[in-house]
Amino acid sequence: MVVTLDPKLGEIVLLSLRVSVSSVALAGVFALPVGAAVAVAAFPGKRGVVTTLNALLGLPAVVVGLAIYLLLSRSGPLGALGLLFTPSAMVIAQAILVFPLLAALTRQVVADAWGESREQLVSLGAGTWTCAIALLIDVRYTLVTIVLAGFGRAIAEVGAVMIVGGNIDGVTRVMTTAIALETSKGDLPLAVGLGIVLLAIVFALNIAATAIKDAAQRRHG
Amino acid sequence: MASRPPSSLLPLVLDDVSFAARGRTILDHLNLTLEQGVRTVVLGPNGAGKSVLLRVMHGLISPTSGSVRWSTDETPGTVRRQAMVFQRPVMFRRSAIGNLRFALAVTGAPRAEREGRARAALERVGLAAVAHQPARVLSGGEQQRLALARAWMLAPEVLFLDEPTANLDPGSTRAIEGIVQAIHEAGTKIVMVTHNLGQAQRLADEILFLHGGRLCERTAAAAFFHRPATAEAAAYLEGELPWRSTAAA
Repeated sequence: MVVTLDPKLGEIVLLSLRVSVSSVALAGVFALPVGAAVAVAAFPGKRGVVTTLNALLGLPAVVVGLAIYLLLSRSGPLGALGLLFTPSAMVIAQAILVFPLLAALTRQVVADAWGESREQLVSLGAGTWTCAIALLIDVRYTLVTIVLAGFGRAIAEVGAVMIVGGNIDGVTRVMTTAIALETSKGDLPLAVGLGIVLLAIVFALNIAATAIKDAAQRRHG
Repeated sequence: MASRPPSSLLPLVLDDVSFAARGRTILDHLNLTLEQGVRTVVLGPNGAGKSVLLRVMHGLISPTSGSVRWSTDETPGTVRRQAMVFQRPVMFRRSAIGNLRFALAVTGAPRAEREGRARAALERVGLAAVAHQPARVLSGGEQQRLALARAWMLAPEVLFLDEPTANLDPGSTRAIEGIVQAIHEAGTKIVMVTHNLGQAQRLADEILFLHGGRLCERTAAAAFFHRPATAEAAAYLEGELPWRSTAAA
């Protein structure tokens, strides 16, 4: 079934990829600069922000799903947008889930680089934003592995997309929700097929992350 | 090259500067004026406060009390007119020339100028051949020359050097000393910390001798090595150059 590329399976895999790529892109646009700025800037309450960011790493997916559900449900504050049970809602939920992961890991990596090069950058007269951007560029290879980790979390997640997407066949059904449903229905071949695809994607990501890190290490020491 | 206000940054006046961290006094009421032209070398045993003194002068750390005054203020947000080279060169994950272009970008040099200035700077320190190699895999000596090229390229009026040859072999050390001398001859004020007394003798016009955070002695270099004025300096020289102990007596 995996080999013959069942059209239904292909559709589910594609939607999964689309939703997770979009959510990581959306989260990353904010999380990377925020993580770098928190690492570099000195401001009152910084310790609290860092602690919060790290604590949010353990954010339970179902709670995020519930919160977004309440926001987007017809009687919720954003209900008028009509986003509930659409792929957009899934993207938003996953972006919120992935944001703390990306921001916290970026902050850690940039903070380490900042420790090494702070004096040099200040000596050059670089301001806070210049430092943050320069360090993001400096740690770019590690950022790739961070983003891939975020993608791994997004695509393997089931709770949030189930709640806000609703697992509607052909509309919001992704790999994880399909596996959950097919297993409970007893359609094990489809569940196993999807499971294999999901595993392959996650493995490939990790291999890519390691390869990028190794290549960067060889090139830049 | 960016036009520069005509008035000079120097002299630099340190007025009753103290610095303390975690209850320990590191700089103890320093009064000091640094003039244009002379190469100033800061000597002193470990923990004397030499590196902290450089950082206070360069503005990387603020003194706990007292003031550091340049004769014209550097306007915040404009190109700095002083530079510093550290014991361990800080290079970014870019090519050698990429590191120089980056420094030019940070200091606001027009994009069209960057490549030419970076290349000229590499040539001055003999690194043109490794321009496109990743900076962080260059040898320690090459990285330090690159750090000097970066500082020199920015045409600072004052260059601070914090033990720039501490981790280098004699050959690399000589190369660094040659570059420092060339920067001096090009009109930049040199303020250098070193533990290498041979280097101090080769490069210094005047010696600032720090001991326990105090400015113990300030003497012309030739006089300092011949006959230091204070017992602390004499003891330091004797410890570093024991074979001279009888000659100095």
